[in-house]
Amino acid sequence: MNRRLLSLLLGAWACTLLPMAGHADPVRIGSKQFTESVILGELARASARQAGTDAVHKRQLGGTRILWRALLQGDIDVYPEYTGTLTHELLKNVPANADISTLRARLKPLGIGITNSLGFNNTYAIGMRADEAKRLRIVRISELRRHAGLRFGFSNEFMNRNDGWPGLRRRYDLPQRDVRGMDHALAYRALASGAVDAIDLYSTDAEIPYYHLRTLDDDLHYFPRYEAVYLYRLQLEQSAPGFVAALNGLAGRIDEETMRGMNARVKLQGVKEDVVAADFLGLRADADGHPGLWSRLLQRTLEHTKLVLVSLGLAVLLAIPLGVLAARLRRFGQVVIGLTGILQTVPSLAMFVFMIPLFGIGAWPAIAALFLYSLLPIVRNTHAGLVGIAPELRESAAALGLPPGVRLRRIELPLAARSILAGIKTAAVINVGIATLAALIGAGGYGQPILTGIRLDDIGLILEGAAPAALLALIVQGVFEGIERWLTPRGLRLVARQ
Amino acid sequence: MQDSESAATSAFAIRQVSKRYDSVVAVDNLSLDFEAGTTTALIGSSGSGKSTVLRLLLGLEWPDRGTVSIGGHPLEPAQVLQLRRRVGYVIQEGGLFPHLTARGNLALLPHYLGWDAARIGQRAKELAELTHLPLAALERFPAELSGGQRQRVALMRGLMADPDALLLDEPLGALDPIVRHELQDELKRIFAELNKTVILVTHDLPEAAWFAERLVLMRKGAVIQDGCFEDLRDHPADEFVARFVAARRQLPRVSR
Repeated sequence: MNRRLLSLLLGAWACTLLPMAGHADPVRIGSKQFTESVILGELARASARQAGTDAVHKRQLGGTRILWRALLQGDIDVYPEYTGTLTHELLKNVPANADISTLRARLKPLGIGITNSLGFNNTYAIGMRADEAKRLRIVRISELRRHAGLRFGFSNEFMNRNDGWPGLRRRYDLPQRDVRGMDHALAYRALASGAVDAIDLYSTDAEIPYYHLRTLDDDLHYFPRYEAVYLYRLQLEQSAPGFVAALNGLAGRIDEETMRGMNARVKLQGVKEDVVAADFLGLRADADGHPGLWSRLLQRTLEHTKLVLVSLGLAVLLAIPLGVLAARLRRFGQVVIGLTGILQTVPSLAMFVFMIPLFGIGAWPAIAALFLYSLLPIVRNTHAGLVGIAPELRESAAALGLPPGVRLRRIELPLAARSILAGIKTAAVINVGIATLAALIGAGGYGQPILTGIRLDDIGLILEGAAPAALLALIVQGVFEGIERWLTPRGLRLVARQ
Repeated sequence: MQDSESAATSAFAIRQVSKRYDSVVAVDNLSLDFEAGTTTALIGSSGSGKSTVLRLLLGLEWPDRGTVSIGGHPLEPAQVLQLRRRVGYVIQEGGLFPHLTARGNLALLPHYLGWDAARIGQRAKELAELTHLPLAALERFPAELSGGQRQRVALMRGLMADPDALLLDEPLGALDPIVRHELQDELKRIFAELNKTVILVTHDLPEAAWFAERLVLMRKGAVIQDGCFEDLRDHPADEFVARFVAARRQLPRVSR
């Protein structure tokens, strides 16, 4: 049984490692989890193509922190950012109205370069439905003070940023209590359906005219300027000078109207971001922007199964020995099961984000997070399987005069095999689900279309990720039941039948 | 009580051993010798400490006080594995490992000792003949064997490495009366053929008398009487022994 299990694990292992074999490094462009950022990411990629530089775009990696850290750590080379975010969020001790040359001087020691403004200011704004605003006669943010009962739905990032809700509330002395964090794309729908009364929005959002929204005047000048720029690692000036020149060439070419128009084409007309970007540059969209459904599905399936299998394989290697020790040493067992239990309670998105400082972005932090989640079911079931062995069997094994190691291998582990496999199965099925969140940190997989689908409000796209994920969970379940039958000694199946 | 010199020639010797589990006294200042080549039955009610004696002899339990020695060597943790290999141990349900066939169960220890497959097969065949187990049964899993067959396999497993002694804890306790009766006959024959030191734990006085010359009656962790069946019957050491001997039901006489 041991040899079979081992060969199985090694086989799965080898399969997942193969696609990781590396090739020459293209420029890596990142973008945040909203449409404008993805379009600007595509624009950077199209510019790279124009400059003859090989580039990949890691779309919608998540929030500002993830992108900024990825850029500093060299996991990505370029991403679109806004000056207000730099002054209020990312750099310390910078005047709120710092101009780009000040920022450039401050970024240089970090090895980061910055382009001039692309030409538009995408500031935060507070928006309400126009009819509602008219009814309550609200034109300025300060007038919100009169209506303490209004419900706010703010993007999660806005809720916590220095230049977001906390500062806004202080500056305007706003009394509202019903303030909820939600996804930005969902916030528009919540506003349109009347579930909330005001949301934060970006002044270039395509939805402003579409949903007939009124953006309230920032009469106390709270929001800083958010000029769009590209941030890039300065070493690109050596490795890809043509690309850096092309990025700088985009400065001043996109005004607010143009950007809102591009946002609208993507969000409202369903045009792909890369097509919009290529159109802007007068290029034809390249083919690899639109792989067919099946090749998309294949690639995501490979990414997803890699995440699940590698994390699971690593977890098995650690969790079974831990479970064995836990069964031997009672105090240690309580500690191990307690600790792995605590890991299980860490919210999954937080767990993924915690892994970024350690592993950067991409598959590895996701694998590390999934690995940690896999430990508890396997440790617990290994422990339970060993502890549950009938005392007379344990004693018969001891009375034979076999040393503990032989008893463990030949008798105790085979007797606990069912329980251990059930633990591995549980971990695998859970991992298939949690791995859909890994797309948020650039690991790809089935979460990718789900994220894009939420962003673009496209149910079809959401299903393109959700349906295969559910199917994969079922397949994993089935495969493990087969493995369980194959690995469970026939004698134990007979016992179970009696 | 025997002196320490004769203890050195004993197969097993227990000297002033006490053992308690939490607040329960299992064995209380007990001294016992088992001569090589003899068959002894430990009898008593449940909780009398008779099973604990076997477990102490195998080093499955360690005494709180006193010493246990095997073949004149004190039992110590460092040699306990080796000493166990010189002793076969059979328990009530057989203690066979359900994930291995009968043959797999038999092969565990010899395999570890480095025997080759031919030698293991040869020994299994010999013991199957000794215990009257059909050879085909060796390929079955414990769940596919009858209760009597399981006990035969358990006995074979205990005998595989040709130990000096056999310790049996209620080996026939879980069998129906017919199989039990049949195995009593066979075990007696096997003990006689092997001429090993045998210590058998049972709460059944007729069974004890059937197997053993020497009966050791225990109660609350101490020996109440040590002798042959006739001693116990005719000269009970105390009221308890008399009641234990008398506690057998005669078959009712049915008149037609």
